[in-house]
Amino acid sequence: MKPELPPVLKQVAELIDPLVDLPGATLPMLHAIQDGIGYVPDEAVPMIAERLNLSRAEVHGVVTFYHHYRRHAPGKHVVQICRAEACQSMGARQLEAHARKTLGCDYHETTADGAITLEAVYCLGNCACAPAIRVDDEIVGRVSNARFDEVIAELREEAQA
Amino acid sequence: MSTTVYVPCDSSALSLGAEKTAQAIAAEAARRGAAITLVRNGSRGLFWLEPMVEVETPAGRVAYGPVQPKDVASLFEAGFLTGGKHALSLGLSEEIAYLKNQERLTAARVGLGDPLCLDTYAAHGGWQGLKNAVGMSGAEVVKEVTESGLRGRGGAAFPTGIKWNTVLNTPGAQKYIVCNADEGDSGTFSDRMLMEGDPYTLVEGMTIAGVAVGATQGYIYLRSEYPHAFKTLKEAIRRAREAGYLGTDVLGSGKTFELEVRLGAGAYICGEETSLLESLEGKRGIVRFKPPLPAIEGLFGKPTVINNVISLCSVPIILAKGGKHYQDFGMGRSRGTLPFQLTGNIKHGGLVEKAFGLTLNQLLYDFGGGSASGRPIRAVQVGGPLGAYVPESQFDLPLDYEAYSKVNAMIGHGGVVVFDDTVDMAEQARYAMEFCAIESCGKCTPCRIGSTRGTEVMDAIIAGRDVETNIALMRSLCDTMLNGSLCALGGMAPYPVLSALNHFPEDFAIQREAAAA
Repeated sequence: MKPELPPVLKQVAELIDPLVDLPGATLPMLHAIQDGIGYVPDEAVPMIAERLNLSRAEVHGVVTFYHHYRRHAPGKHVVQICRAEACQSMGARQLEAHARKTLGCDYHETTADGAITLEAVYCLGNCACAPAIRVDDEIVGRVSNARFDEVIAELREEAQA
Repeated sequence: MSTTVYVPCDSSALSLGAEKTAQAIAAEAARRGAAITLVRNGSRGLFWLEPMVEVETPAGRVAYGPVQPKDVASLFEAGFLTGGKHALSLGLSEEIAYLKNQERLTAARVGLGDPLCLDTYAAHGGWQGLKNAVGMSGAEVVKEVTESGLRGRGGAAFPTGIKWNTVLNTPGAQKYIVCNADEGDSGTFSDRMLMEGDPYTLVEGMTIAGVAVGATQGYIYLRSEYPHAFKTLKEAIRRAREAGYLGTDVLGSGKTFELEVRLGAGAYICGEETSLLESLEGKRGIVRFKPPLPAIEGLFGKPTVINNVISLCSVPIILAKGGKHYQDFGMGRSRGTLPFQLTGNIKHGGLVEKAFGLTLNQLLYDFGGGSASGRPIRAVQVGGPLGAYVPESQFDLPLDYEAYSKVNAMIGHGGVVVFDDTVDMAEQARYAMEFCAIESCGKCTPCRIGSTRGTEVMDAIIAGRDVETNIALMRSLCDTMLNGSLCALGGMAPYPVLSALNHFPEDFAIQREAAAA
């Protein structure tokens, strides 16, 4: 008899099992895991490898190649700041500095209260409304420092509610 | 009688508050007992006017914008449901100069109606191309596309018809159509607007490609940064399949074409076609050597058509109206139109679809109205992060593939990023190298190591250390990357750097003086 999986890995199994027959299933599986539990736990790597008949090294290689996949649980919300040229032309460099300072964390880090994980992104396709940020699945345009503070305040209120 | 009111559901419109505007209009209409039909359309691409609300009137669609929730009550007061005058009035949508002066072929339907409504799509000429294509032989379809002169809109500008012809003539039990929707260039969003605002055009274009070359499966490889486009495409495919435009019997032709959207995972390199194929196969996005060409050994080793969104979206109109119609637009060897994207520090940013041959001056001043900051425009990066920074002295150059490549610049995917005179070109040159270092797939040395060394050399130049020696070193490094890289990432990242050095030497000289002082 197989030993019982911890709940989070049981969830991983449930997320990836329906995708086993998809051609080129690695990325869809990783997306399913990250969308489902917020990140890709290290223990998921051998689980994917086993199902797709790949080596652990191959799956590990995929997880670490792509910027999108996270290997640790994020804060309640993920805020991405666009660092690309169109946003630079409208002050994204200042916005980046402001965000790091006010949130007290750098890229790929989470604020002390666990509310916000800060990430960099290279273009959100909102280049005529720069600078742009993404909050979870929503894009926000023309983000001045003040607008950024407003967005963050709303997220924090929501996180506390 | 119910009045139709349009509020866009495009990402950029949403990023400026279109959702709240739509809610406010619905609530105010309910409060007043006004009968309205709220349609969430794509964006017309006039982003400084978003959220742009349109009202259907007997005289035509009347536009208002930018409309925030606080403006809604006064719009009702002013009788906007019958086209009444208001401070935010823009007049008839079709008469707005920015829109009227365009030649919208590819983006003709974007913004007209509910992107997911099959009836709307059909009413505006949708499926005509596919209907024609299923009645033709594969070779005839390919000939039409070849005659149109359509060249890949992703950046490399390779003739689409020739690509298709190779796949058509390569025997294979399984062939694939892959759409490169990994629109990673900063300053571009035309793919996104089309996918969000007119998704059936892409479905139709890919289905035509499938029917033409004998491919039964299509994949749209979409970047993960486009969550709204993802939702729209998935739903569009579901509905198109249900209506018989996709599936095992496309329009009763007996031909099979299935379509699936796959999400990328935040890797710029996956916009390179072979890297994209690796990624679709579930691997790291490492660039492949060519040959073999994807047309011969592509996805899972099978013959594969891989085209950009705009290229595929140009196909339905070519098949509907004939290759000749499309060919009539443009100049020289750059035929047809390109949706330029006017972005960055520009007053009137948006989508400007024009025939090739217009100039940056026309784009920046006639359409764009100058910089957003009101300061002089100093540099314009055309063609994404690997494109050159174009100085004012070249703003009169016609935008066509050949004219641009002559001055070591490129049009690429049509992204135009505007910078005012506060830009520090040494910083921009540094960023080009930094970006290449972050996004390099690591397969070839010039790109993998060169980009990191390039960032360091730029740091030294900016800090004023041995500036002359370091600039010479930088140029030599650029030469190595240009000539020695496997793909366009390392092979073109030097363009922004060299253009900054060549056209804006004063920004590098300033550093030198500061260091000497």
